[in-house]
Amino acid sequence: MSREIGNNPLDNGTFADHLEQNGVSRRGFLKFCTSMAAALALPAGSAEVMAEALAAAKRPTVIWLSFQECTGCTESITRSHTPTIENLIFDYISLDYHHTLQVAAGLQAEEARDQAMKAAYGKYLLIVDGAIPIKDGGIYSTIAGRTNLSMLEEAAAGAAALISVGTCAAYGGLPMAHPNPTGAVPVTDIVKDKPVMNIPGCPPIGLVMTSAIAHFLTFGRLPEMDQLGRPKAFYGDSIHDRCYRRPFYDRGLFAKAFDDEGARKGWCLYELGCKGPTTHNACATMKWNDGTSFPIESGHPCLGCSEPNFWDAGGFYEALSVPQSRMGETILKAGAVGVGVGAVAAALNQRNKAATVAAQETMTVDALKKES
Amino acid sequence: MELNELLIWARGPAFNIALAIFVFGMLLRLFEILSLGRKEDLSAARGSGVAGGLRTILSRSLPRQTLFSREPLRIINGYLLHIGLFVVIFLYRPHIELFERLFGVSWMGLPTGVVDAVTAVTILSLFVALLIRIYNPVLRFISTPGDYLIWLVTLLPLVSGYMAYNHLLLGYTLMLTLHILSVELLLIVAPFTKLTHMFSFVLARWYQGYLAGRRGVES
Repeated sequence: MSREIGNNPLDNGTFADHLEQNGVSRRGFLKFCTSMAAALALPAGSAEVMAEALAAAKRPTVIWLSFQECTGCTESITRSHTPTIENLIFDYISLDYHHTLQVAAGLQAEEARDQAMKAAYGKYLLIVDGAIPIKDGGIYSTIAGRTNLSMLEEAAAGAAALISVGTCAAYGGLPMAHPNPTGAVPVTDIVKDKPVMNIPGCPPIGLVMTSAIAHFLTFGRLPEMDQLGRPKAFYGDSIHDRCYRRPFYDRGLFAKAFDDEGARKGWCLYELGCKGPTTHNACATMKWNDGTSFPIESGHPCLGCSEPNFWDAGGFYEALSVPQSRMGETILKAGAVGVGVGAVAAALNQRNKAATVAAQETMTVDALKKES
Repeated sequence: MELNELLIWARGPAFNIALAIFVFGMLLRLFEILSLGRKEDLSAARGSGVAGGLRTILSRSLPRQTLFSREPLRIINGYLLHIGLFVVIFLYRPHIELFERLFGVSWMGLPTGVVDAVTAVTILSLFVALLIRIYNPVLRFISTPGDYLIWLVTLLPLVSGYMAYNHLLLGYTLMLTLHILSVELLLIVAPFTKLTHMFSFVLARWYQGYLAGRRGVES
């Protein structure tokens, strides 16, 4: 993926030429387009449209900005074991700026970014991973002496569309977790006038990224998104609803510990803190590491990493139904106050009772006779 | 406020507030009842008050033949409602998780599908209870707005829980949040309405049984 800036042999020629040079047959390419169209839940016939559009696509400029992040997202996307068409797409796009993957460094790298932005102004795809600190003028994260905030504002101005990769860019993620010392915010808090798609996850699935890019190349726009800005095709279902352990949840069979009999039998991990029911992602269907497995399949509950505020949503190993508060302490304190106030109320009641008894007039036989 | 933030609030601070009000209110009410006490009975005891009290706590859970033959539907429905609530609250695994955190003890749960079916029956029985209340002239006459309020706050957690599990109307996360919030509403309302009977039924039965037992009569 890393390449010298400029002077690229791929600059002339289409994606079809590029595939041919890499030994991918027309049949293989169509197969890829079909599965991509299926993954995106596009109507029948879209695969051919996709194939034609992709084959004819000229290298689009992509600028990748990394802010408050851990490079896990890049790791995830470059983690393919064999050269697949997915990473050929990555090869093919003109990734003109990416800290980790580019060869250039220092001033040369920043120049490359400037050049790419000028050359493809208004047309390039801007990918952001990492949150943006805005507290104290954004000084808590800078690149080449510039704050992330100003770099994003400048780059977003000339972008056709943005993709926020990873939960940090999409929803603030770890940097924004309480107490958020750097004032970190997601991309959508800063960029309001451009289409932004979120591909959350810590990290997100590589194929989801490439599918989104393929969609952008084919149709010139981002795929259909939900209210959290995620492509519906991949984030439409919850992990729980697509989980192969779901039948055990329905039968009421739960693993109680990581090494108990239930865990060995593959029972539901709800009681070990699984956040699958409230987490939307494609892990359970697309899986990780070339379709090997996903966290729940490896015996670990879902952390809910693709949802907003997942760091602040309580203990990872506490069941969703367990309140995240100090219940014992609350009961003791409220109980003490209840007993105290109850004692006062009891004293008042006794006094009222005594007063009522005292206020009763003594009735004599004579008095009764007079009244009658 | 984002959906997840609302869920975090419902599971954290909101639950804490509701629990505090519930514990405070319930203790206050029970303390009040206990402190009023009963007037000293100076007559010679003809039977054991304690035995009568304990017996009545249990025996009042059984139907009386005379009452049952008059209003069988109301009594059967009452059983369905209360047993249903017990199953739904105490025999659903995710709920048991909460009690385990609170009291440190755990017990067996029922399959989720069974709890789901029981929930549906319990919801139906609540509606039957409402119809009985409206169509029975005496019951309608003695009903207060508080009675209709507790009907509603009992219904809401059942319906929201059922809808969350079955993915009805709203997304699971929002429905789960509404479910938790509705339980919190129930906790807040309970001490200040007739829902106090979840605890005070023991006291009431004890007093009745004790008095009757001491006099040597049936209660």
